[in-house]
Amino acid sequence: MTSSDPLRPSDHIDGDDSAITQPRLGFIGWLRWGWRQLTSMRTAIILLLVLAIAAIPGSIFPQRMADPNGVTQWQSDNPDLFPVLDAMSMFDVYLSPWFSAIYLLLFISLVGCVIPRIKHHLKALRARPPRTPARLGRLEDHREVTRDAADADAEAARSIDVAQRQLKSLGYRVERYDKGRTYSVSAERGYWRETGNLIFHLALVGVLLVVGIGGSFAYTGQRVVVEGQTFVNTLLDYESMNRGRFVSDDALSPYSMTLDSFDVTYQEYGSAASGQAGDFSANVSVRENGDTHEASVRVNHPLDVAGDKIYLLGNGYAPTLTVRNADGDVVYSNSVPFLPQDTNLTSLGVIKVTDGMPEQLGIAAFFYPSAAQLETGAFASAHGDLLAPLLTLDVYEGDLGIDEGTPRSVYVLDTEELTKLTGRTTDVDSTELAPGETADLPNGLGTITFEDESPVGATDYTQSVKRFVSLQIHHDDSAVWVLVFALLALAGLMLALFVPRRRMWVKATPSDGTIALEYAGLARGEDPTLGAAVDDLVTGHARLLDDPRRSATSEKPRK
Amino acid sequence: MPDLDSLSILFVWTAIAIYAAAFVAYAFDLARRSEVSADARLARETVLVGGAGGSAEATEAAASAEPAKPRYVMARIGTALTWLAFVFHLAATVLRGIAAERVPWANLYEFAMIGTLLVVFVYLLVLTRIDLRFLGTFITGLIVVLMGAAAVSFYVGVVPLMDPLKSVWLVIHVFVASLGTAFFALTAALSVLQLMQHRRERRIAEHAEKTGPAFLSTLPGSERLEGLAFRFAIVGFILWTFTLIAGSIWAQDAWGRYWGFDVKETWTFIIWVLYAGYIHARATRGWRGSRSAWLSIIGFTAVIFNFTIVNVFFKGLHAYSGLS
Ligand code: HEM
Repeated sequence: MTSSDPLRPSDHIDGDDSAITQPRLGFIGWLRWGWRQLTSMRTAIILLLVLAIAAIPGSIFPQRMADPNGVTQWQSDNPDLFPVLDAMSMFDVYLSPWFSAIYLLLFISLVGCVIPRIKHHLKALRARPPRTPARLGRLEDHREVTRDAADADAEAARSIDVAQRQLKSLGYRVERYDKGRTYSVSAERGYWRETGNLIFHLALVGVLLVVGIGGSFAYTGQRVVVEGQTFVNTLLDYESMNRGRFVSDDALSPYSMTLDSFDVTYQEYGSAASGQAGDFSANVSVRENGDTHEASVRVNHPLDVAGDKIYLLGNGYAPTLTVRNADGDVVYSNSVPFLPQDTNLTSLGVIKVTDGMPEQLGIAAFFYPSAAQLETGAFASAHGDLLAPLLTLDVYEGDLGIDEGTPRSVYVLDTEELTKLTGRTTDVDSTELAPGETADLPNGLGTITFEDESPVGATDYTQSVKRFVSLQIHHDDSAVWVLVFALLALAGLMLALFVPRRRMWVKATPSDGTIALEYAGLARGEDPTLGAAVDDLVTGHARLLDDPRRSATSEKPRK
Repeated sequence: MPDLDSLSILFVWTAIAIYAAAFVAYAFDLARRSEVSADARLARETVLVGGAGGSAEATEAAASAEPAKPRYVMARIGTALTWLAFVFHLAATVLRGIAAERVPWANLYEFAMIGTLLVVFVYLLVLTRIDLRFLGTFITGLIVVLMGAAAVSFYVGVVPLMDPLKSVWLVIHVFVASLGTAFFALTAALSVLQLMQHRRERRIAEHAEKTGPAFLSTLPGSERLEGLAFRFAIVGFILWTFTLIAGSIWAQDAWGRYWGFDVKETWTFIIWVLYAGYIHARATRGWRGSRSAWLSIIGFTAVIFNFTIVNVFFKGLHAYSGLS
């Protein structure tokens, strides 16, 4: 190896394996030895393979970060196995200590491997191409040509001058090594190969660091908004919020947003993809710094507001329900977001009436946008649009458990402390309501109304129920840097893999009336086109030497 | 109006049938190569036995068995048939796109069609520069299996795109991923041959009686095969890196985060890491050669796994197989 060779770990194929020796006794010796092991190519391969294997469980078991409901489901399906697997972080694989250990080791190895290479490469970038080997014929890609020349010495010098210019224009760094009567030029190119390799590896470190650091400054919140409602970007107004360690309480930009309407189109009933919904668009009015503008949030087209990105994650129906007590006073009135259960938007909702009744009331309701009765008598929804909306509900009475201070999901009715008044297992039928209808609550408790939200003059049900959207508000300034480093890695990779690093030598030895020209190439790393490059050099050189504008010489290949 | 999708299906089956014929031709070619190389050996032995003044017949046989540039007739037929099948395959894919009024790679059936199309395309393209016809059996065999399986069990009719798929990234990301897969397929084929060739070379060095399939003697040496495999692998790896980046950009728009270890993302990452391991192995003493070839084969197994099992059976956001 010469000083302008790229530096490689000792077990690299072009490496110098004398370095792999038994450690000298002593603590420092062992440390050195350990470090060399960690930064060897072998370790890098093993760690990469271990990383690949370690990533597999995360694709088999549901992960809390990607699919929290899946985890809950898995837990209830496998109650015995769950605690064991959970203790092994099988549901948080990518945040687990063992997964982190693997990639951290890999990156320590990477940095340890790359830093000496950077130092070395910086030197190599300034180094001159190495001395011309005494016997070029030993190299695999070697050509020889003899030319007649009247003044052999002058012609030999001239031909090397020409070769030097030729190589230089081909992008080689050149250096003359004339010795006595032999003239030679040594050339090297492809420094970008190593530069690209280093850029690639460093860019990977960049990606990891930016992802790690960026997460501490990022936040993601979820919010459900019903048509007509306004969302204000404050911590209080979010249903849930994940924020990085360094996101302060007042980090959120002050803006608010009203959901004016939500558009969706359905494939016609009976068509190939009957009922498939698409072209979702949440049409909003955004108020920011005192002025209002209209915008829309669509799938694949998040809305940018004040550095936040707002995404449309889901949608559904929010039936408006009014509950009156026995005296006819309104004790509850709200548009309640119902959670969709299937693609035809059979939806499940919960209504909690906390005050104004003798006891607290809980109502569990199903909503079918296009209700169809099955043979069993149960209902199902046959289409996602509001073709035949129907609400069925069961009433519970008792303690909703809200006052204890433990947080309760608005979407779950904890029936433990409640008595069921209607529906299965009771002798009162479930209540069924179409938009605009009112029904009596059991035991003379009052009434419940399913409000019809259709504009005046509407002829069908298609606008009778409000819709809601679930939005995700995401702020992450680091994402763009992740992209920058990823693209840098890609660019570095292409340089490292496609730029050939090679050396070329041209040597001229004069003798009586002829000169012997030798050409040789040496690859540094993968270089499948080296042979062709040497051939091109030979023909190019001959053409330049024969250029009529220069003194005429003739050529004959040596046998 | 003619039903373009039905026509597309007809073309798909036509293409499968012709690929199958090409497979047969290529298989005959390998068998023929075995014979040729066996003849050649026999001839050589006869010459040696016969000494300097050996029979003219044997020398002639030796000369004809090893002509300067062997003309593999069956391989030519195989390649011609592959071209023909490719044309039908291409037509089927284009028709499907016209029928659906969008790019024809938006569900598993279509991914399979475009993926196999690109494998053949890259193979045919490379043939114009390097003689890789010995890969023909592998490539056409793989194509027949994948296309057949996809046509039988992945077929879905033309339906409008789901919202998340309405993106330019569908065009770019999926296409580049399929192209990367095509390069990895060639890599894997070469790596398999490299292993076989390596075993043969070892046996020859050990003067073993049996050295494995005879057609291997008409193929390049294991080092040359490895070099070729590596050249395809790096192109595939770069395309795969791009796929990963493009996918993240798309995920950022469609799902609100650029990376979330969704199953499909995870497997794309696993494949990327495996090939990074392969590229390192190639440059590492003790790993270059057969060990690195195994990594390339494992990598491609993961690609196929990702394409079939993960798409069909794993639950995740990439629920675009169109199957229910
Ligand atoms: C996150 C982990 C890593 C990944 C994904 C990775 C990936 C790659 C890739 C794709 C290449 C081929 C492109 C090129 O030649 O530049 C490469 C080359 C290389 N890597 Fe890494 N690498 C990693 C870690 C390491 C580590 C820890 C070392 C040190 C032991 C290392 C040393 C090298 C060397 C020396 C080469 C050049 C090989 C050659 O000469 O062909 N890499 N790496």
